[in-house]
Amino acid sequence: MTAEIETQVRSLIEDNFLFREDRTSLSDTESLIDAGLIDSTGILELVAFLEERFKIEIADADLLPENFDSIHRIVAYVARVRATAPSAS
Amino acid sequence: MCGIAGFYGTPDTPVPRALILRRMIGAIAHRGPDAQGVFDDDRAALGHVRLSIIDLATGAQPMPNGDRTIWVTFNGEIFNYVELRQDLVSRGHSFRSASDTEVILHLYEEMGPDCVDVLNGDFAFALWDSRQDLLLLARDRMGVRPLFYAARNGCLFFASEVKALLQVPGICAELDPIALDQIFTFWFPLAPRTSFRDVFELPPAHVLIARPDRIAVRRYWCLRYPDAGDDCALNGQGEEAIGQELGALLADATRIRLRSDVPVGAYLSGGLDSSIIAALAHKIAPARLQTFSMTFGSAEFDESGYQQEMVRALEATHVSFACGDTDIGRVFPTVIRHGEQPILRTAPAPLLALSDVVHRSGFKVVLTGEGADEIFAGYDIFKEAKIRRFWARQPQSRSRPRLFKLLYPYLPGLQAQSQKYLEAFFGHGLADTSDPLYSHLPRFRNTSAAKIFFSDALLESIRGYDAVAELRESLPAEFDRWHPLSQAQYLETAHLLPGYILSSQGDRVAMAHAVECRFPFLDHRVVEFAARIPPELKIRGLREKHILRESARTLVPSTISHRAKQPYRSPDSLSFLGANQPDYVDDCLSTSELAANGWFDSRAVGKLVRKCRAQAPAGFRDNMAFVGILSTQLWQREFVRGARSLVPPVSPALVA
Repeated sequence: MTAEIETQVRSLIEDNFLFREDRTSLSDTESLIDAGLIDSTGILELVAFLEERFKIEIADADLLPENFDSIHRIVAYVARVRATAPSAS
Repeated sequence: MCGIAGFYGTPDTPVPRALILRRMIGAIAHRGPDAQGVFDDDRAALGHVRLSIIDLATGAQPMPNGDRTIWVTFNGEIFNYVELRQDLVSRGHSFRSASDTEVILHLYEEMGPDCVDVLNGDFAFALWDSRQDLLLLARDRMGVRPLFYAARNGCLFFASEVKALLQVPGICAELDPIALDQIFTFWFPLAPRTSFRDVFELPPAHVLIARPDRIAVRRYWCLRYPDAGDDCALNGQGEEAIGQELGALLADATRIRLRSDVPVGAYLSGGLDSSIIAALAHKIAPARLQTFSMTFGSAEFDESGYQQEMVRALEATHVSFACGDTDIGRVFPTVIRHGEQPILRTAPAPLLALSDVVHRSGFKVVLTGEGADEIFAGYDIFKEAKIRRFWARQPQSRSRPRLFKLLYPYLPGLQAQSQKYLEAFFGHGLADTSDPLYSHLPRFRNTSAAKIFFSDALLESIRGYDAVAELRESLPAEFDRWHPLSQAQYLETAHLLPGYILSSQGDRVAMAHAVECRFPFLDHRVVEFAARIPPELKIRGLREKHILRESARTLVPSTISHRAKQPYRSPDSLSFLGANQPDYVDDCLSTSELAANGWFDSRAVGKLVRKCRAQAPAGFRDNMAFVGILSTQLWQREFVRGARSLVPPVSPALVA
């Protein structure tokens, strides 16, 4: 299941924040903020995308870089939320 | 206010000189609908389109001196011409007109090119001295009036707008990739560079002196600040005395900007700065003041409540323009045609529509509050830098980064941020406080993020080029000694102001409808005085423009004088997609047109457009990128692809 989430997260980031796969290859652990992909307004877009794509609800208290600031962290977060609320997935 | 154009030397073309000159001024006829004039003695050719404001009867241009050996073509106003004229008359000069133009000729006779030192005004002029075989180009200190030039095969061409230069055979529009990189870093090209390859801007506060064998460009005035900690800058005056002197200077700057033989109106944004200027104008000229403003449907951008309050306080006759959802998209191509450079924001568009309203109301001249945010530190970027420095002193502090929420109450997205994200966003480069560009690096970084859409070919052509490094190298020698606020103010005042604000949001969108804007805050006496005011009187705590607010306390209602700065913004990508989509957008952003121009990666742009269509992007980067890409595509249409239709090949019948 994690592999499937990872594919989806990567394509979501590539389509909506990186916009390209060719030039700037983004590693799974790279900070989205440091890479210039997410600014102070972009993070809320990312949250909205994730909620819609994975049918999850993201609590305000979870809005932390440790949950969302790399593909790897997002995948882990989504997997965790889904595991604790399986009915939503 | 007018437009000027001309050349010095012999154009390398069979096209007759007179025809080249006529075409050049024809391209900028919008700047001067009242009259046209030309002069040519086969060595220099000067052209002029006139918007008659001072000395309507005898102020025709180009204008010669008494023995017709010196000629000038002049755009703008010399606001202190009354005093200069009295001086000159007392020294024996006799005048044939009542115009400010003639003052330049007499001053030049006495002082040569140094005459610019005594001018207080917004000007761009070309002066031909046939005795010395010398052409002088000069531009005002702050960069209010534009002036461009290009040399081709030993002939120097100049004009108020680049479109006039493009009428010259052999001068073709080609986008300069370095300029595009600079725009996607700073929002504008670094003067003298322009968006057009091999076409230059005469930078503000510079003169160009052309002789048969050489061209020299030199600076005649500099914006300078005292060294940090220098309390002697204003002779140790207290806050109240400084406020009083400031008030008197500002009143005089406004008074001489009301000099006009046609009525002068005022823009009212609802903010502090334009309210101060309108109130001063009302006080100085008791006749009923005519004011203009724009309103937006969205509360996020609209300031009409404050505008109405000032209108009531001034008992002004008011005209407001409601900027609707489709207006920005409708006029945007016209903005690019007049502004002549790609832009990352839509803010010039409503101003272009507003100048149309002013023109149709029968007004040619308006006062505005532009400049106060630069010289009194009103912009958020100044406070953001202050908070970052404050936080950098104790990076482990949890409370200091919370100040960013106080700073941006008008950004709902930012208010929803967690503490940790605030720290991550604003903490980038936090410790580099000794960097001279510290205040602006976050903006440059955020703007540069939009370069992700650059095509491989564009990236290849700018490989190794670093726009920020070029800016760094251009800073004045004493920059390092200034207070951090002064450094940040210099970057805004010497660069953003002429490069973007006064051009794309100023002269070019106003003159599109033959409207002259006048800026009392940019009187160089006010600018020099403000530079010497101690930084802590400009931003007190987090209260921006403190000293200006204090000096204006009796001038404007307290709701206005206490009001926090609301930056002037307008809707971005929303204006171009969905229900509001103008018909040119699909074609401009099509894969084929993107590929034909070659500046952007069409696949990446396609993804951006899809994202923006699906939901209006909240992010700065996506909005800036969208507007920047669209405006670059429109620029290419207007000046490169459309050039053939705008400039038909010379027909044999026209060639002598």
